[in-house]
Amino acid sequence: MDAEFFEGAALPLFDQLYNLAHWLTGDRTDAEDLVQETYAKALKGIESFQEGTNFRAWMCRILRNTFLTSRSGLKVQKTVFLDDEESDAAVPAHSITPEFIALQVENSQLVINAIAALPIIYREVVLLCDVDELSYKEIAQVLAVPIGTVMSRLSRARNLLKQALIVQTTGRSPYAV
Amino acid sequence: MQCDSAFEMLDAYLDGELSLDTSAALQGHLNACAWCSAHVADTARLQRALRSARGHFVPRAEFRQRIQKQVAPSRRRVWILPWVPMAAAMAAMAVFVFLSIGHRQTSDAIAEIADLHVNALASANQVDVVSTDRHTVKPWFQGRIPFTFNLPEFSGTDFTLVGGRMAYFHQQPGAQLIVSIHQHKISVLIFQESAGMEREFPRSAGVDRRTSFGMETWQSEKLRFVLVSDADPSGIDNLARLFKEANQ
Repeated sequence: MDAEFFEGAALPLFDQLYNLAHWLTGDRTDAEDLVQETYAKALKGIESFQEGTNFRAWMCRILRNTFLTSRSGLKVQKTVFLDDEESDAAVPAHSITPEFIALQVENSQLVINAIAALPIIYREVVLLCDVDELSYKEIAQVLAVPIGTVMSRLSRARNLLKQALIVQTTGRSPYAV
Repeated sequence: MQCDSAFEMLDAYLDGELSLDTSAALQGHLNACAWCSAHVADTARLQRALRSARGHFVPRAEFRQRIQKQVAPSRRRVWILPWVPMAAAMAAMAVFVFLSIGHRQTSDAIAEIADLHVNALASANQVDVVSTDRHTVKPWFQGRIPFTFNLPEFSGTDFTLVGGRMAYFHQQPGAQLIVSIHQHKISVLIFQESAGMEREFPRSAGVDRRTSFGMETWQSEKLRFVLVSDADPSGIDNLARLFKEANQ
């Protein structure tokens, strides 16, 4: 593992990492700081990268950990990690009835807003899976959680998005009687 | 499989994270359960919509240069002609942009096709016209799609025509035929070839990394044919041959 390997492997990830960073921080300047620090840390720690393991997941993990310890990361954690994560698994199977609702997914601005409004622990898992197309195993490495947690968070994140997309279009909760 | 245990696996099913056995068992449940199949169809639509978040934020050019400088290993090379590295870098960037745009278009088109297949199978009404008779299915599309195509004869083959349904790809109407082979279903999607479509599809048969579906696609006259299925590649290949012969 040397600098030339790093350059060849890390630069092609630049656009993707920047997109992820901007989604996490919600701000251009913060995203640039985060990406720059990620590359600096990765370059410095390239010796610890094990050949044969997933380089993209390794970079995403550094970016995500750097974000959590950054100013903007600490701020969002204060608000969201108070959420009881046990509620992840507690989505009753038939609590929502998709056959009767129409998801407003054609309007991409609504979708973008819905992602931005997700609490960070759900936003990151949806970004890693549906936007960056990492496998569950890779996501588990990035987030340092078991695969079961990836699955329950992902399912919860998608349900939250679905709910947001219904609420946004009708202007009220469809579950209100 | 019971609904409660199936429900927990629906996302993993869509993400292609289940073993073949579990996936087949879940497929059985989806065929029987309208609620779970509607949930899968909904999630597939959501996933497709989430792709708009890909590349949503684009880095500034100056920032890109800053990172490139930060990452580049310190080289002590003397360039006699100063424009050589710049020209090389620009050429490399042009190739990279071209390849990455091509790749993104390809994977988006394939993902959309895979979604159409999953949506059809997950739907309570897999087909709009139910018939094993090609002389019933083909006329049904008249007036519904702006083109016509030929259906091969399935008698004497391992294939059975299940029926057909309307499908939309890039907002254009097309035909989706469901053909079964043993316990597997193959979607045959037919659309009018439009500008740029050739770039969106691979030239050879392959397996979609994300969904593990096998795919085969080709263009004939002004029509684009795409086959997608979890059946084994030789089955997809045989069916492709039948359709190619019928539409020469």
